[in-house]
Amino acid sequence: MPGTLTDDIEIIEAGHGRGGGVPAGGDDDGGDGGSGLPAIPRRAYFTAMQLGLAGIVMFFMALTSSFLVRKGLGTDWVAIALPPVLWFNSLVLLVSSATIQAAGRRLEAGDAQSFRYWWGLTIALGLLFLSGQVIAWRQLAAQGVFLSSNPDSSFFYLLTAAHGLHLAGGILALLYVAFRPWRRSRITQATAAALAGIYWHFMDGLWLFLLALLYLGR
Amino acid sequence: MVAHDSGGGGHQHHPPSGFIRKWIFSVDHKVIGIQYYFLALFSVFLGMGLSVLMRIHLVWPNAQLPSWLWPGGGQMTSEEYLALMTMHGSIMVFMVLTTAPQSGFGNFILPIQIGAADMAFPVLNMLSFWVTFLSLMVLGAAFFVEGGPPISGWTAYPPLSALGEIAGPGQGAGQTLWVVGVGIFCIAALLGALNFITTTLDLRAKGMTLSRMPLTVWAWLITAILSLLSFGVLLAACILLLLDRTAGTSFFIPGGLVLTDTPVTDHKGGSPLLWQHLFWFFGHPEVYIAILPGMGVASHILSTFARKPVFGYKAMVAAMSSIGFLGFMVWGHHMFMSGLSPYSAFAFSLLTMAIGVPSAIKTFNWLGTLWGGKIQFNTSMLFALGFVSLFVTGGLSGLFLAQPSIDLYMHDTYFVVAHFHLIMGVAAIFGIFTASYFWFPKMFGRMLNETIGKIHFWITFAGVYAIFMPMHFLGLAGHPRRYADTTGVNYLGPLDEVHYFITIAALITIAAQFLFVINFFYSLKAGQKASENPWNATTLEWSVASPPPFDNFGGQEPVVYRGAYEYGVPDAADDYVPQHLAPAKAGKAH
Amino acid sequence: MQRKRAEAGSTAVACILALFLVVFTGITVYCFVAKTWWFPPSITAFGALIDAQFQRTLIITGIVFVLAQLGLAWAVFRFRDQGQKATYFEGHTGMELVWTAGTLVLFVGLGIYGERAWAEARFNEAAPGALQVEVTGMQFAWNFRYAGPDGRWGGLRPELISASTGNPVGIDPQDVGGKDDVVSPVLYVPMNREVEVLIRTQDVTHNFNVRELRLKQDAVPGLVIHMHFNATVPGEYEIACAELCGLGHQRMRSFLNVVPQEEYDRWMQEQVAAMQP
Repeated sequence: MPGTLTDDIEIIEAGHGRGGGVPAGGDDDGGDGGSGLPAIPRRAYFTAMQLGLAGIVMFFMALTSSFLVRKGLGTDWVAIALPPVLWFNSLVLLVSSATIQAAGRRLEAGDAQSFRYWWGLTIALGLLFLSGQVIAWRQLAAQGVFLSSNPDSSFFYLLTAAHGLHLAGGILALLYVAFRPWRRSRITQATAAALAGIYWHFMDGLWLFLLALLYLGR
Repeated sequence: MVAHDSGGGGHQHHPPSGFIRKWIFSVDHKVIGIQYYFLALFSVFLGMGLSVLMRIHLVWPNAQLPSWLWPGGGQMTSEEYLALMTMHGSIMVFMVLTTAPQSGFGNFILPIQIGAADMAFPVLNMLSFWVTFLSLMVLGAAFFVEGGPPISGWTAYPPLSALGEIAGPGQGAGQTLWVVGVGIFCIAALLGALNFITTTLDLRAKGMTLSRMPLTVWAWLITAILSLLSFGVLLAACILLLLDRTAGTSFFIPGGLVLTDTPVTDHKGGSPLLWQHLFWFFGHPEVYIAILPGMGVASHILSTFARKPVFGYKAMVAAMSSIGFLGFMVWGHHMFMSGLSPYSAFAFSLLTMAIGVPSAIKTFNWLGTLWGGKIQFNTSMLFALGFVSLFVTGGLSGLFLAQPSIDLYMHDTYFVVAHFHLIMGVAAIFGIFTASYFWFPKMFGRMLNETIGKIHFWITFAGVYAIFMPMHFLGLAGHPRRYADTTGVNYLGPLDEVHYFITIAALITIAAQFLFVINFFYSLKAGQKASENPWNATTLEWSVASPPPFDNFGGQEPVVYRGAYEYGVPDAADDYVPQHLAPAKAGKAH
Repeated sequence: MQRKRAEAGSTAVACILALFLVVFTGITVYCFVAKTWWFPPSITAFGALIDAQFQRTLIITGIVFVLAQLGLAWAVFRFRDQGQKATYFEGHTGMELVWTAGTLVLFVGLGIYGERAWAEARFNEAAPGALQVEVTGMQFAWNFRYAGPDGRWGGLRPELISASTGNPVGIDPQDVGGKDDVVSPVLYVPMNREVEVLIRTQDVTHNFNVRELRLKQDAVPGLVIHMHFNATVPGEYEIACAELCGLGHQRMRSFLNVVPQEEYDRWMQEQVAAMQP
């Protein structure tokens, strides 16, 4: 530690962003833009996203362990037949992960038009997924399987609703990335798109996990 | 690694304008910290008020209370006592102990101590506060609905908390509001934790390596990690409980229940123990969330006012980290008598005894910090010293409770009440007081009155021991907790004299807290103006004005050259070497 | 600038604080030694195991308590600011290792040592031939059911529960085995006999708690939890609910009567006779 600091370090001049020292190559984030907020390193956004996902993981882990415990109690567990539309919905979500990747690449390449197309497609697929989930609910209700019918159905509705809410939040984020004026922000649209992409992929993976849990554990 | 501004000359960070932007929906971490602090201050007086009423009822259960003291006057019923107790615990744990040490002081001080201009996400920070405020409103609304607040304790065990009105008064709308309010609080806590961790990891100034961070920053960081990983679990539990209450599910409610001769037919198959597992998986880290910031502050203050470094800085970091880590593995010790497998109870027990080890290390190191020092007894230091004493006392009673064989007797007695009050209700509170007296000058630009402060300390220190030490003996005599009065069980009669003593002590001690409030608000307006560094302290917050400018360091990021506790450095020009002082200007760099 | 001048009044404050800690420690130790308020004597051999573990823990924590509080008192007094310079040291790895290892051995060792008493209560089942009594908690009373002379338990149906018609636990009248079941609001057990209680609840969680047995156990809805004891000292002992169960929690109280075998037999005969229509 002592060796890195010698007397010729100067106080950082006013007007620069946070952190003097080594400029990150090729990265134009870090200024405060016109946001009026102090600039922060770009990586902080990614740290925050990972932390947020960790919090969400704990939430779903609590629900998952409740599922397993409740199932293990034995007596009144009635396996429900998962509506087949769920498989279609899963496919839709998987495709949307591909489209959001494509969109991000287009944006980084500077092709705004193409980005908007693929991004919009992702939003549409997300909405399609949510509609598909609602259809699954409707199908179950038509069979007389409701939230309180039995523990398996309770968890089905709860887990799909919780995931759906988080995904809906993700769709709002996608809309935000598409429509917010990014010139007045601390980050670029590309960074925001990358962050949204991480969240989106996580939601995809989470869905596959929940589906496996509901299917294998029913 | 660190990005830079592409345009060189980007816009400056502007101060906010307008009353709303500046004071209501401020995104300035300093204002937000003060907002949290005031929320906690209001809540602690509300919580103390509830405990005054509880203590009065315990010794005079049949008294006709005057209407200025008890709305509507008349006798307090046992369900009203339990409602007070539930709200007392909930408000104190969530709105005071989870809020003031972390969101209050952490918000104000952490960014400055690491050399940042604000938290990483100021808007999110502002939202975290207002969501916390909303949760307080929802929780508080339980006082005003029909049936009143819930009576199931802050732990809200089902089926009592899940069956609705049929289980008891307050278990209708009151309990629902409780569940919703707590759930909202979880979201606020998660958002806050995210901000704290990101800020600490990514916004440290040049030279502020992890091993140069003040122990307060370490404590806030570890606390935030605990919050991030535990509040999601409580949120899940609250949702499950809400569904059981309102949507006919049976996560926690088994079948075959009969309440007051009325069978409960619309639930079956659930497990009350499932709630307990979920709740305490959150609940145990929660109590470390309540105490860790106080530990960080205590280390910080003891070093500052003994004028020597913290003894064993690395060990302190390791101890706090292991307390945090182990804290996730001991939740079963709240469930020894619940019907848990006796084998897992034994495992939980050993892990819990093991948590005593890092706690003991911290205590040794606090003593080591004082040893050979040059101790100055201002009010902040007195509260820090009191903290050490209280932590020892409260922590040691935990060693009894950690053993299931002893818990067979002690579970759900006043011995438990004594234990958690000494640790949370007192030691953690002393952490808040220590921090208040220390950082008030920085936060508000004025000094608190030392004379009133010292009187406040002495009455409080003596008072809290007078209140809570006798409770250990109530526990030894087998006095169960959460009893509204002692009239129902014969062997409690002889203990009434102890209750009298505790009640008197509580009334005096709570009255003394008004000294703090008076000192606080008087000094806000008329206290002696504070200099930049009235305590001759080393950390970065003391290198800026009191109170700091809106952007903390005036747009210039500080540089850090040494650790946080360079007090009493031999051959140094002064008996302290600030972190930001360039080596040429100090005696010996480190 | 050097601050050589000691903070005014520090000796007075140091003395008062140190004295306070000493007095506080003294009072606390006195109360524990003099047993100003204490456990009632235990009435089982098992209770003696618990009491012994408590003593062990008390001695160890007591020593740590006294050393820590007095150490704090001494440090506060000895190192008060009298104009001296503080001694600059940042730690001592050796000491850290010593007291880490020491407390680890002490605390975990204490926990392991106490395992025997816990195992006695919970790992081991009731001795064969134990007298079984079903303990049912409800808001806000206890009921104790004995199998009666035929030694068979009647089935229970929750919908039949009615305190007002004398069927507080809901015995099924169709079930032959239940015809001679004895339900009593107080618990009678013969002394020097292994008793196994089957703890259950009709509504919310309660806790069957008798101080003198050094035992307590939650009554958890949906579960029947077994506990066993062998009481050697006759007497009447209070049962006080120890898990918050609603507005009557503090008056959910019954009695454990430990009586000689003959008296128990007489009581049982009376109960059986009273249960006949």
